[in-house]
Amino acid sequence: MGIKTEELHTLLSEIIQDETRILTETFDLVSYSFDASFGSFTPDIVVQAMSTTEVAAIMKLANQHNVAVYPRGQATGLSGGSLPVHGGIVLDLSQWNDQLDIDPIDMVATVSPGVITADINDAAMKEGLMYPPDPSSAHVSTIGGNLAENSGGPRGLKYGVTKDYVIGLEVVTPEGEVIRTGGRTIKNVTGFDLTKLIVGSEGTLGVITEATVRLHPKPLATKTMMTVFHNIVDAGKAVTLILTSGIVPSKLEIMDNASIVAVEEYEPLGLPTDAGALLLIELDGHPRAIEDEMERVKEACTKAHMADVQVAETAEEEQELWKARKLVSPAIVREKPTKISEDATVPRSKIPEMFERLMVIKEKYDVDLVVFGHAGDGNLHPNIIADKRDHEEMRRVEQAVGEIFEAAVDLGGTLSGEHGIGTLKAPFMEMELGEVGLDLMKRIKTSWDPNNILNPGKIFPEPGQKLVLTDD
Amino acid sequence: MTEPKLAYEETFDCVQCGYCLPACPTYVSMGSEAQSPRGRINLVKMAAEGKITYSELEGPIDLCLGCRACEVVCPTNVQYGRILDSAKEVLQAEKKKTMPKHVKLFQDFMFKKSFPSSKILSVGSAGLAFYQKTGLQTLARKTKMINILPEKLRTFERAMPKVEGPMKRRNRAKQYEPTKQPKLHIGFFVGCIMDVMFSEINTLSMKLLEAAGCEVTVIKEQTCCGALQHHSGETDTTKRLAKQNIEAFEKHNFDYVVNSIGGCGAMLVEYDILLENEPDWAERAKAFAAKNVDISVILSKFDLPFTKEIHQKVTYQPSCHLSNVQRKVEEPLKLIHSIPGIDFVPLPEAHMCCGSAGTYNIEHYDASMKILDNKMDNVKEIEPDIIITTNPGCHLQMKVGVERTGDEERTQVVHLVQLLAEACEIQL
Repeated sequence: MGIKTEELHTLLSEIIQDETRILTETFDLVSYSFDASFGSFTPDIVVQAMSTTEVAAIMKLANQHNVAVYPRGQATGLSGGSLPVHGGIVLDLSQWNDQLDIDPIDMVATVSPGVITADINDAAMKEGLMYPPDPSSAHVSTIGGNLAENSGGPRGLKYGVTKDYVIGLEVVTPEGEVIRTGGRTIKNVTGFDLTKLIVGSEGTLGVITEATVRLHPKPLATKTMMTVFHNIVDAGKAVTLILTSGIVPSKLEIMDNASIVAVEEYEPLGLPTDAGALLLIELDGHPRAIEDEMERVKEACTKAHMADVQVAETAEEEQELWKARKLVSPAIVREKPTKISEDATVPRSKIPEMFERLMVIKEKYDVDLVVFGHAGDGNLHPNIIADKRDHEEMRRVEQAVGEIFEAAVDLGGTLSGEHGIGTLKAPFMEMELGEVGLDLMKRIKTSWDPNNILNPGKIFPEPGQKLVLTDD
Repeated sequence: MTEPKLAYEETFDCVQCGYCLPACPTYVSMGSEAQSPRGRINLVKMAAEGKITYSELEGPIDLCLGCRACEVVCPTNVQYGRILDSAKEVLQAEKKKTMPKHVKLFQDFMFKKSFPSSKILSVGSAGLAFYQKTGLQTLARKTKMINILPEKLRTFERAMPKVEGPMKRRNRAKQYEPTKQPKLHIGFFVGCIMDVMFSEINTLSMKLLEAAGCEVTVIKEQTCCGALQHHSGETDTTKRLAKQNIEAFEKHNFDYVVNSIGGCGAMLVEYDILLENEPDWAERAKAFAAKNVDISVILSKFDLPFTKEIHQKVTYQPSCHLSNVQRKVEEPLKLIHSIPGIDFVPLPEAHMCCGSAGTYNIEHYDASMKILDNKMDNVKEIEPDIIITTNPGCHLQMKVGVERTGDEERTQVVHLVQLLAEACEIQL
């Protein structure tokens, strides 16, 4: 940092008149040192920006004095995207939530970066519309963070992920210039698609200050069913058979035996603890169409040797079925507190094979691995449960995670389906992208951010960087 | 006495997912991570590791309401209450090391002697009743004499309920017996401040229980629940009071021990946690805690003898300690819906704390009023005739809220028990 913290504070005070939005106390600084991933890095100062003018001025100042800036939403990220790894300014955008405009005719929403993702959907629902991307943290996470990480969720299977909905952005560049990308129309081929470049760039290319996202008509009805299988490979086959029968469920989630048993021990719901795996399937659309699709899903599952099926007849029963999936997280952390949630993703056709590989890795490194997640789009969530105070165990976990990544890439998949690269997966980037691919990305970064001040230390590995899952 | 310790191990259960942020009234109103459950847990962990000082920890811990809404939404079941209580205890012990002697003596008097002593509180309440009944209150208000009080005390002076004189309370029956064979034998927990400020609600509670077919007994050996002391980090005093209550109620064979005070109830049901490390008491505390329930739990089991329809638009502001600690959410709602003629409108964001939180609204007046104003924005949206509460602290706070929005003519604040009694035409 080419400037003293006190001096930086003085200059920031000229930009942000409201002194309460500049945080410098130790208890504040350490409170912005972490996110939902691993590692803790204390920033020099935290600024809560509330307008494009403020963000632009902050970026100009930072660029001039070579101070690192880390845009941050509610820090629910699982890959370390908002961690202030080299000190400097945490740019907290979570409090900037004043704009949430729904336009039912253009079918778009225009939002400030700090708006909570679920609030967009709730507002859209009032107009008979919906905002489909639904990361499980949607009721906490900001749209700014979702855009930066290109978040997905269960509905990704049918409706796609964040990048499929954003059509226009206002962005402040690392040099403090304000640009607008895309617009309010679905069709727009004018120039490079910078909107899609910014989305998923994890805050390394620009600070998103406003977004225009597409909305979708709200489905008339939904219906949920649970199908049970003797083993996880059968369940994997059922997924393939369902998706090749001309039906796209709105959600298709899987729970393996370990997660079923954990939930049942945590709160008895009457789940089949002897089952190898179960699928939770939600169909949406016209009620009559759903009835027909429901039968076809059952047929597909029967072909995959389904052991049992349960269809929710009421809204309460529907909630009861989804409760099982919701309770997986609290249930699996009862024995040990640290949860390493991976999101390696493979092509649908490789789901059964990926399951087999995961079981081998579980044995090989003797780790507590459970699998649950979005089976339909190949975005499995192998979760390893450990105790981060046990360093020996964590070393085994790190090796297991490395091997999970290798397996995914080997099967034609990817390191990350929806959590992002951040600091955690940076060491594996070259494995997937190759030397040239990674170098090209670095050159894009340099042309946008010549002084490397915006979210440094992310995506691109630093020399000798390895996966580390402990905090110290 | 052992040196108090921070609940360090418990902090490891937090995976820092942030799901608690939108549920936390102080995070929502103050907007900084240090004022969130996730932030506070991290600060406790860092203090335990010696990475920050106790004084760095103090501000954010002091500003926590202790509403425990974060525990309900936590996906990994972090025991936030234990972490918070440990921090309060440690900070209080630290403070005492440097506290001027007269402050320490005054605090000790209030916590150890005054609240638990019905006599001392009674003298205070007699004064309050005298002040209200003789017209001194009106005089003080009219002559603006009242303005010599600081704003925050003036606010609560206005919201104060009409206090029953000490004679009336003293003459209250010690036993309420139904005409038929009692369905349940109940020991009634009166609370200390409750039985002074809101003794009317206690009286109505017992009459309702009687009307529902229960036998109700008030034993005089009971004492203060210890909640206020506990929230101030005075754990030793709390334990002493807990033991006194356990001993008192153990002598009787009650089916349940019932109270009408969300906050006290929360303390009583956690006596097992409070005394878990005392081998002579752990089991007894567990048995006692299991017997303690909110009045809504008992009344919702029976059909109340309603005789009067209440055609009012009502809403319900739940007590955090009833919902989040006692985990009783449905029972009060079931009772409200059972009142004939009632028009119930749910309060948006009802689960958010009103900002009362024990003595928080006096100690942190500005923070509390900001939280209250958020609450009142939601009240404004539905314009109820009546706001129902289940705890005296919330009751006072909501009255202050209604005054702040100038709606005291339009909107009444009542305890659930008062409304049920009215619908059953039960008089004091």
